[in-house]
Amino acid sequence: MQELIKAKAIELLENGTVDRVLGWKAGEFFYDLTPAVFTSREEIEKDFVYSVFSGANLSKYLVKESRKDGKVAAFLKPCDTYSFNQLLKEHRIWRDHVHVVGIACDGMCDMEKIRAYGAKGVLSVERDGDTLKLETLYGPMTMNKADAEAERCICCKSRKLVAYDEKIGEDGDVIENSGRFDMVAKLEAMTPDERYAFWQGELSKCIRCNACRDVCPACTCEKCVFDNPKSGIAQKAAVNSFEESMYHIIRAFHVASRCTDCGECSRVCPQNIPLHLLNRKFIKDINELYGEYQSGADLETRPPLMNFTQEDCEPSVVYERGGKQA
Amino acid sequence: MQRIGVFVCWCGTNIAATVDVKAVAEALGKEPGVVFATDYQYMCSQAGQDMIRDAIKEHNLGGVVICSCSPRMHETTFRKTAEKAGLNPYMVEIANIREQCSWIHKDMPTATEKAVILGRAAIAKVHLNAPLTAGESPVTKRALVIGGGIAGIQTALDIADAGFPVDIVEKKPTIGGKMTQIDKTFPTLDCAACILTPKMVEAAQNENIRIFSYSEVDSVKGFVGNFHATIRRKARYVKEDVCTGCGLCTEKCPQKKVPNEFNLGLDNRRAIYIPFAQAVPKVATIDPNYCTMLKSGKCGVCAKVCTAGAIDYKQKDEFIEEDYGAIVVATGFNPIKLDRYDEYAYSQSPDVVTSLEFERLMNAAGPTAGTLLRPSDGEHPHTLVFVQCVGSRETRDCGKPYCSKICCMYTAKHAMLCREKYPDTEVYVFYIDVRTPGKNFDEFYRRAVEEYGVHYIKGMVGKVVPENGKLKVQASDLLSNEQIHIDADMVILAAAIEPDESARSIATMLTASMDTNDFFTEAHPKLRPVESPTAGIFLSGVCQGPKDIPETVAQAGAAASKVIGLLAKDHLMCNPCVAEANELMCNGCSSCEKVCPYGAITYSDKEFPGPNRTRVLRRVASVNPAVCQGCGACTVACPSGAMDLKGFSTSQIMAEVDAICK
Repeated sequence: MQELIKAKAIELLENGTVDRVLGWKAGEFFYDLTPAVFTSREEIEKDFVYSVFSGANLSKYLVKESRKDGKVAAFLKPCDTYSFNQLLKEHRIWRDHVHVVGIACDGMCDMEKIRAYGAKGVLSVERDGDTLKLETLYGPMTMNKADAEAERCICCKSRKLVAYDEKIGEDGDVIENSGRFDMVAKLEAMTPDERYAFWQGELSKCIRCNACRDVCPACTCEKCVFDNPKSGIAQKAAVNSFEESMYHIIRAFHVASRCTDCGECSRVCPQNIPLHLLNRKFIKDINELYGEYQSGADLETRPPLMNFTQEDCEPSVVYERGGKQA
Repeated sequence: MQRIGVFVCWCGTNIAATVDVKAVAEALGKEPGVVFATDYQYMCSQAGQDMIRDAIKEHNLGGVVICSCSPRMHETTFRKTAEKAGLNPYMVEIANIREQCSWIHKDMPTATEKAVILGRAAIAKVHLNAPLTAGESPVTKRALVIGGGIAGIQTALDIADAGFPVDIVEKKPTIGGKMTQIDKTFPTLDCAACILTPKMVEAAQNENIRIFSYSEVDSVKGFVGNFHATIRRKARYVKEDVCTGCGLCTEKCPQKKVPNEFNLGLDNRRAIYIPFAQAVPKVATIDPNYCTMLKSGKCGVCAKVCTAGAIDYKQKDEFIEEDYGAIVVATGFNPIKLDRYDEYAYSQSPDVVTSLEFERLMNAAGPTAGTLLRPSDGEHPHTLVFVQCVGSRETRDCGKPYCSKICCMYTAKHAMLCREKYPDTEVYVFYIDVRTPGKNFDEFYRRAVEEYGVHYIKGMVGKVVPENGKLKVQASDLLSNEQIHIDADMVILAAAIEPDESARSIATMLTASMDTNDFFTEAHPKLRPVESPTAGIFLSGVCQGPKDIPETVAQAGAAASKVIGLLAKDHLMCNPCVAEANELMCNGCSSCEKVCPYGAITYSDKEFPGPNRTRVLRRVASVNPAVCQGCGACTVACPSGAMDLKGFSTSQIMAEVDAICK
């Protein structure tokens, strides 16, 4: 796959379709892939990496990249194309400055899981079908790719590319019964005290590094409320752990009904807070109250929380009064 | 910091009986920025307003807080007062210590404490108030009347008489409404058709009136003075301007078994029909649910017999777009469905009828040509039982909690007419109370009892059982405390009336408020009874509450005079409390545009200074202040907080909340 992608990148650059390519390159470590812009064959041949660690969603980078002169090619996995569509819908990306190459994906891997499997001093990871071949300081080892898959990929919602100019690999389908709401349902079944304890436990780990906001494709505001001293909720040292929770809850409200559930927030969290669960709770509620909705699936429909119809239900009627109108 | 004056109103005893107004003035006088605080018996009176004016000048006030009734009541009054003293009117804030405090509390210390807190919140807000200036918007000099019953017709005629064009939109094929189905009108017993049909013709002939019959209002956008409506002219499959109303098609149409809604299903009509002889417009309409040509493409008889060539099976719904300055709602009523009143055997026996059906059975143009005959066998009935309050004043949820107001009088009328035409009949009326509060109403009822010998029995009917061609009526006489059994030939039920089912969707379209019974709410129950709280929307007839014909006509005229008052103006003052986008923070994401119910927000690409002396092109929102109604939906939809509402900014509201929580 990496070779096909690199060849496509070089081809698009050299035939003049684009003058920049957005892809991934190695960061501090080989598994720590970071988004990067390439402008020449040499750079691509040297640095471009596509591997089981190419989890980073490139769509958000197009907000800035597409506003520059010329055209940029971007390699988008299925879940990234949903974010891309959502950004197009919000007029954040200039579509005619982007050439989208959709790439098929059957799940990315999580280094934490490989370590948890027992691999130490990992020097490289090669994918061979369903197995991963590991080189470690202590010799080679193999493991099933399924055991190393990232949490968000295990309950993947869709392998379908919803936006592309051309594609590499076979397009997949939307996955019904992905099981992505199982954990939300578990949390819902808890008593309020248990649930509060769960979230207090998780959110109090937050160090306010803002990585979740910075990576989130739904967070592209010109001026974020957390950076705006006039908003009253601007960045400052939290007085107590409750204020840290408010940051995440406000963020979940801001992206509600626009979040495509790409799972980047949880991926980048250095404290491993399962932030995606907050967003999924919103998605689950929206599905139940206003009908199934997947943001980014198309360019036409309105996000349910920005669409008012006479048929809209009253959530308090549904949840507190057993679904009966007064 | 503003120099603020606080004025606490007693509202006579309305506030002062539960709130210690002196203590409130004293406590608020100590708030930061407050340089003057006082209390007075009636702040809204001339003396009270003078006091405010003098204080503004004497203490050089920059902001004013009035602790009084709801801002809906007197905000405008106090803003004008401030303006006369040279202060910007939007530097005035009202703390509602009447509706939201004194009226709902009994305990003086609690209410006083709450009044202080509400005052403190208003003071916190005034500190952040900025002077605002209202713009002007033009007025479209045309009115829309929704509903073509007697209410709509009268309103339209009065507006047209003043020289303004009016459009009537009626969903039925003819105007006239419920009054066309009524036989005689109380208390004078003149024939409904004789007084209504000339008005219908007058409306049709008036140069200023356009009638869109068989049409519905599809959507309404805009605001007072500048509404834009889309009207759907439903396909009637007959060219309205070609049809002569000769009625030949309605005689030749082979589809004879269509329930005639004009006679409430008591007889049949054809698939192509003219509701009644005096219909306006007198034009045939094809009922697409029954026409064989429209359903299966086979027939075409009406087209063959029509000498004018008016039939058009391919007709489609047409849409008309028009601008209006004012809209009058006159959507009327319907009797409630009686399927949940099984005790009266309405669905079991055809001889149990509603009063409106009885009206048709007595009417010369009705299914029996005016001879009273039992629907089941066409025999002359001898014993008739009238039951009042069927579904009115009902505490169970199958009925309506309110009094339908008209039933006592029309039942007296029915009973009287029965006895007059057929002296051999025995007529019983069962009632809870007889309510006759109108001019000549009680005299009318007494005539029914004293001159016509109608048996009025205080008590309700418990059960009606059809048996051997008779209706066994079981009832109680509350005055003599006896059970009564009557073998009746007919039972007539005075069904409660309810707003037409279209009212709710129209209210939503117009953002006009309704009460729990779906009657339109008036701007003030006593002082502004024909205006909706939504500016530019007026109410006429039963859509606002049950009323009889004289009251409806009076209200129709009142609504018309309000409309004329509005249309006579060339410009209206806009509300300056509108949304504003901060372009530096706007993402151009369209969230606000999507939630704006008025279409007030547009986008454009603008150049902004970027880093290193570059120019950056960005898509940003802008609000048309003439269209924005200040609802604030955009301010909560905006993810970055770029949208804010002038006069109700997020920071002002947060300051109020902080002051309350302090």
